[in-house]
Amino acid sequence: MKKIIICGLLLILAVGLVIAGTTITIKGSDTLVRLGQRWAEEYMKHNPDVVIQISGGGSGTGIAALLNGTTDICEASRDMKDKEYKLAEEKGIKPYRVSVALDGIAVFFNKANPVEKLSFAQLKGIYTGAITNWKEVGGKNARIILYGRENNSGTYAFFKKKVLNKEDYNEYTQTLPGTAAVVNAVSLDKNGIGYGGLAWAKGVKFAGVMANDTTEAVLPSVETVSNGTYPISRELYWFFNGKPTGELKKLVNWALSKEGQKIAEEIDYVPLSKEGALANTVE
Amino acid sequence: MNRTKFKPKSRVREFLGEKLIAINALAALVAIVLIFAFIFKEAIPIFTDQEIQQEASVDKMTFKQEFYEGRDPKWSWQPNSEAPKYSILPLVIGSLKAALVAMLFAIPLGIGAAIFSAEFASRRLREIIKPAIEMLAGIPSVVLGFFALIIMATVLQNMFGFLFRLNAITAGIALGLAVIPIIFTVAEDAMTSVPSSLRDAGLALGANHWQVSLTVVLPAALPGIAAGVVLGFGRAIGETMIVLMASGNAAIISGSLTDSIRTISASIAAELAEVVFGSAHYSVLFFLGSLLFVFTFFINLGGDLAVRNLKQRLQGRLS
Repeated sequence: MKKIIICGLLLILAVGLVIAGTTITIKGSDTLVRLGQRWAEEYMKHNPDVVIQISGGGSGTGIAALLNGTTDICEASRDMKDKEYKLAEEKGIKPYRVSVALDGIAVFFNKANPVEKLSFAQLKGIYTGAITNWKEVGGKNARIILYGRENNSGTYAFFKKKVLNKEDYNEYTQTLPGTAAVVNAVSLDKNGIGYGGLAWAKGVKFAGVMANDTTEAVLPSVETVSNGTYPISRELYWFFNGKPTGELKKLVNWALSKEGQKIAEEIDYVPLSKEGALANTVE
Repeated sequence: MNRTKFKPKSRVREFLGEKLIAINALAALVAIVLIFAFIFKEAIPIFTDQEIQQEASVDKMTFKQEFYEGRDPKWSWQPNSEAPKYSILPLVIGSLKAALVAMLFAIPLGIGAAIFSAEFASRRLREIIKPAIEMLAGIPSVVLGFFALIIMATVLQNMFGFLFRLNAITAGIALGLAVIPIIFTVAEDAMTSVPSSLRDAGLALGANHWQVSLTVVLPAALPGIAAGVVLGFGRAIGETMIVLMASGNAAIISGSLTDSIRTISASIAAELAEVVFGSAHYSVLFFLGSLLFVFTFFINLGGDLAVRNLKQRLQGRLS
């Protein structure tokens, strides 16, 4: 009987703690979800009264959640579109953007592919369907099999804007849910090509990318992205509704701190430069 | 039962119980009607809203469009483009291709297994086979999809040398795995419920086991088997997670089953979370949902009528 009472009391205490503590929800980019999780784990270790719930779904999903007021923080691998800013205004939401890390979009092949590098123009040709055979870019005589992301992905939108110059992807592009699935597919398909966040690409061969025909090919790495020489890179954002205060502010400033950025680097994201991180810190 | 012990009180209970059950049945009906009213309502702007019609009218969704001046007109599904393109034909073809392969794969296997289990298997074997196949239906479709994406696609590509790793055949076979238990269960039940007097009569006339199974039991169970096939087809057209993972999701118009496909259901699943509320894209997705509903509704209706017709004909012949 005593045991039951003690158990009951403990349960009530636990429930009470959860209710008394702050719950923060984070939603959005699949590219950022891994980093968000690691940050959340570390942060909760230091602040046991804070509960952070984190989920992916894509940047578009996260932004929609922010606009509908169902998340505290929206993770996004792209800026909000004009349409979305306008919608936010209509709904009385003031998006506050903080860039929390950098990411390089790697282009990768199967390990058996002899091709080493591609120029921007070649990449565009391949993904719009103007170039269909590996022979045309210095490879074997085989059809190029395109892999990409679903159209609710921030990576899809970013690649389309930066590399395809807003043209449409070729209709034969196989779209897969998540960068991990794209990497897996390319690692199994000897004529495959794919793109995705640097942090995910394991077991495939990176393509060196030339910004134009005269520059040298640069391989994506933490170093080349953070010093800006790798041409396909982007900032990763956290969006808040209004300037963050209280626990949210503490969390974002911790993520931007030396400790937070070190965690990002440990799991293959690209940390912000020291000045960049300092400039983004919320006062 | 002793009639004198019957108290009026239990009549009231009976009355209440009956009404309660009736309300339950009606609630299901109302829920279905409300769901479809909502889905149709969200699709209506395609027919009425001028602004949305400029991007996506019925005409633009069904026929070839000249999207860029000077380029050949074509069908294209590119909703997140500078100039959004909403041709639904590639998606309809994708759904039909996947369902076709699934049915070609599942019908012979499902019915074959049902014949074996109902007619030839020993009692003990049957008690193992039946639950085992029915357990297939209990596998979550996301697990089947994942299995198809990671393992089946590679095996099939190595076996047949497909150009595209994820294609209509891979997705269709994975779908077939989900359809088999439906066809099997319904067909098996139909065959075991054929009266044994029919079997006995056949055997008494000198037919052997095979002849009785194929010429007496199978035709008598045909309405039930047909119902199973129709149910299976409905599942194949509507199933989402398996095709989302294993079909390649490329909206292509082609006659080849070895090309990647993008189905109606997978498009809705992949894109609905992202769309701006009330936009043309939003209405188009609900239009696709309505289309899917109308489609399965008529298949089920057609199947039902065919089954009824068949039943009457068979009964006429058998009695």
